[in-house]
Amino acid sequence: MPDLQTVGKRIPKIDAADKATGRARYIQDLTLPGMLYGRILYSKYAHARIVKINTEKARALPGVRAVLTGDDIPDIKMGVYKDNRPLKKGKVCSYRDEVAAVAAVDPQTAREALKLIEVTYEPLPAIFDPEAAMREGSPLVHEGHKTNVLRMPWKLHYGDVEAARQAAAFTVSERFTTTWVTHCCMGTSGAIAEFDPANHLTIHTNTQIPSLAQKDFLEALSVMGLKERRVRVIKPCIGGGFGSKLDTYAYEYIAILLAYHTRRPVKIEFDRTEEFLATSPRQPTVTYITQGCDRNGKLLFRDIRMVLDNGAYTSWGATTPSVMMMPITTLYRVPNVRFEAKCVYTNNTYSQAMRGYGNPQATFAIESTIDMLAEAAGIAPIEFRRINANQPGDVSTQGLRITTCGLTECMDTVKTRLEWDRPKARGEGVGCASLIHVGGGARVYKSDGCGTIIKMDDYGRIDLFTGATDMGQGSETVIAQIVAEELGVNVDDIHVIHSDTDICPWDVGAHASRTTFVAGNAARGAARKIKARILELGAKELNAPIEKLVLRCRHIQHLDEPETKLEIGKLLRKAHFNHGGQMLMAEYFYDPANENMGKDFRGNMSMTYTFGTHGVRVQVDEETGKVKILNYVAAHDVGRAINPMLLEGQVYGGVMMGVGYALCEQVILEKGETMNPNFRDYKILTAKDVIPIEAPVLETHDPDGPFGAKGIGEPGCVPTAPAIANAIYDAIGVRITDLPITPERVLAAIREKKGLDLCGRKRGVDPGETCVIEEG
Amino acid sequence: MAREITFTFNGNPLTLTVEDHWTLLHLIREELGTTGTKEGCGSGECGACTVIVDGAAVNSCLYLAAEINGRTLVTIEGLAAPDGTLHPIQKAFVEHGGIQCGFCSPGMIMSAKALLDENAHAAEVEIKEAVAGNLCRCTGYVQIIESIKAASAGEPEGPRVVAWRGDDLPPRS
Repeated sequence: MPDLQTVGKRIPKIDAADKATGRARYIQDLTLPGMLYGRILYSKYAHARIVKINTEKARALPGVRAVLTGDDIPDIKMGVYKDNRPLKKGKVCSYRDEVAAVAAVDPQTAREALKLIEVTYEPLPAIFDPEAAMREGSPLVHEGHKTNVLRMPWKLHYGDVEAARQAAAFTVSERFTTTWVTHCCMGTSGAIAEFDPANHLTIHTNTQIPSLAQKDFLEALSVMGLKERRVRVIKPCIGGGFGSKLDTYAYEYIAILLAYHTRRPVKIEFDRTEEFLATSPRQPTVTYITQGCDRNGKLLFRDIRMVLDNGAYTSWGATTPSVMMMPITTLYRVPNVRFEAKCVYTNNTYSQAMRGYGNPQATFAIESTIDMLAEAAGIAPIEFRRINANQPGDVSTQGLRITTCGLTECMDTVKTRLEWDRPKARGEGVGCASLIHVGGGARVYKSDGCGTIIKMDDYGRIDLFTGATDMGQGSETVIAQIVAEELGVNVDDIHVIHSDTDICPWDVGAHASRTTFVAGNAARGAARKIKARILELGAKELNAPIEKLVLRCRHIQHLDEPETKLEIGKLLRKAHFNHGGQMLMAEYFYDPANENMGKDFRGNMSMTYTFGTHGVRVQVDEETGKVKILNYVAAHDVGRAINPMLLEGQVYGGVMMGVGYALCEQVILEKGETMNPNFRDYKILTAKDVIPIEAPVLETHDPDGPFGAKGIGEPGCVPTAPAIANAIYDAIGVRITDLPITPERVLAAIREKKGLDLCGRKRGVDPGETCVIEEG
Repeated sequence: MAREITFTFNGNPLTLTVEDHWTLLHLIREELGTTGTKEGCGSGECGACTVIVDGAAVNSCLYLAAEINGRTLVTIEGLAAPDGTLHPIQKAFVEHGGIQCGFCSPGMIMSAKALLDENAHAAEVEIKEAVAGNLCRCTGYVQIIESIKAASAGEPEGPRVVAWRGDDLPPRS
């Protein structure tokens, strides 16, 4: 592409100065006149009948304006499966169940009031292991549902797996588990709800889905008897998303209900403990996988059975198998694939979307067994992957159409940059894992669209209204770069507004790494309409043919006669301040030509796919089990880097989140109760844990992407865990199949391999003593 | 109980009455209305509330407001020049991608400032040490460390003793 002025440049984030000076306003920083403070009382049991709730004392506390329980509210249904309500009625199914809520004049009074609410419970038998919950006779989380297994259709079989199994020269089977990890957004959750006298609702809330949230809240108002009212969703600056804000939550509805009952604005803001206890983590999985290949290392089949711990209620976590299908059917060329996933109710916390949306769990199992299969076939890991690599033009069994694909090049880059073949010290190992992810939107909803409106003022400056949500990833800046490139203006000339459903057009949400691709194309479409008008006006004014005119450096200019030019602002003023004057405005709605999954889940869910390979060099201390990462290379085919600096930020951040997933992060649930709801006990990586990361970018110039770009928000954390597990195997010959790979687990595996017990003693010696090692 | 205190707040003398149980974070955000300082955990684990007291970075959520009496307090609002010109550390964070969601940024920048004010030539290991108490979930810290390096005067030339600690120990031979 010739001569780009703005796209491809390392332009600082538009909002960075606001954030660097403390001027950016998060939900924590907002107060409205007359605002009350809401707080929520959670369950004391994982599973219990609510016998009685006495709110009398709480209501009598001076400063309390409202106390609500499940009996006081209409039957508002929440979540993907509509199996949850804002305040529970009759029984609780997990420790995070909302039992009552108060609104008071200040946060302290609200806290005091909660202590005065007396709840009598009758404990019920509970179930915490999803595989046990599937068995006949297990306690039912929801009696009305008759079974703990959700009625979700996650089952596919392409080709003939049994025949392929017979034909395979090598097969490997293994069981893998992954656990709960949580988003740890630095800004906690919060919302402020307010009704006007006509009962139209305004809600300021942290959300990645303003348009869908608006729809959810409209439905809630309807249940409250407030039909045909308006809902305005205003997003403050968001302190991190990572998928956590893809649904609407009880606290938002509770703020709405409290505001309705008190006729005052009501704010609910989580503290950190609450953020750990009452937000939804990544879905834990148990995966049984078998893969087989022929004598030459060509993959013949992949057979996966999976159980997902849904928790007590159903959010988007239960739909992650739909995205898992993508790596399962299409990471490498696999002619025969079978997959079945069961989402199972338990009395644990309920799970949600988190960066990668099921892909990290599936890729952990796939890429670990790819290494095992390569070893069985006697082929080097990268060579084995190269034999099976996807290529441009492929159509997978699921019907995913691969357009641009730089997977092989990513592998080569990893091999070179990591110096894969160099001699290794004792305890040192290298490993890799690849990824496929949606890079051109993902049609998981009826529309995958995004709207953009552009208006230009008399000085050539632009207000751009987009449906896209910026939660820190930098979509504002990327959109501004795309528009600046089309219109020959500077990024500073563009004001991106994305905060308000009253102003901004519809968008399905900031998920599936779709914003650069979808919102980028939407913005580009609107910019092109404006551009056509400017060229038309300019052609008349400069008396030159349109095809000879370009927009560059805030001017419209003749290609062959650089002196024939006019400032765009001047041109716009001439058009405006004239008889029959006009001002330039344009709208564009872009909905990618991707497909909903059809019968048997076939369908091209994304316009294009992002590929990548991660390679890692580790040093394992065989005495302690500690894994140290010496070097990490994350190579991605991103189509085109619109802003390499922001892109690298996505990769670095994703990889570090993935390293945490691989090595140290775990929400520890003890019979449904979160045991580590703080940063001291839930270990996210710190600056001292930073590993040397390289993020080479491969540009394949996707024909459908804006200036060739594909999505890159999630891939960074997708293949991290299997790359590390594979490197550990290379280093010390033990295969870790459970996340996180803690030193305790590594040590236990080393000792098991040596025929020792967990305490390092020969089995059968000292029978009087028991050997117990606490995990965590 | 309430008491009157006097201190310097972002360069200006200030006298006011505080309750004994108030944290410095409460004073800054709720009483003074300067919301640039963030609360990420309220228990000294995340560093989002970092401010500078008499030149040292402290977690304002663990610091009693009354203790600020007679001291000098600088918050994120006190860094940029009155005309809006960013402090060199702020500028470096903006230009080097040190900011994504931005919630940790004020605290991170204050920790960096306390370090560079004391040691303009901070080495990378010292930078990591200085912001080890400031959690960030977006950036993976890579571009934060690059930003602080860019704002520093560079590592000193010649050999220099940096104490090895914990995880930084070289692998056993």
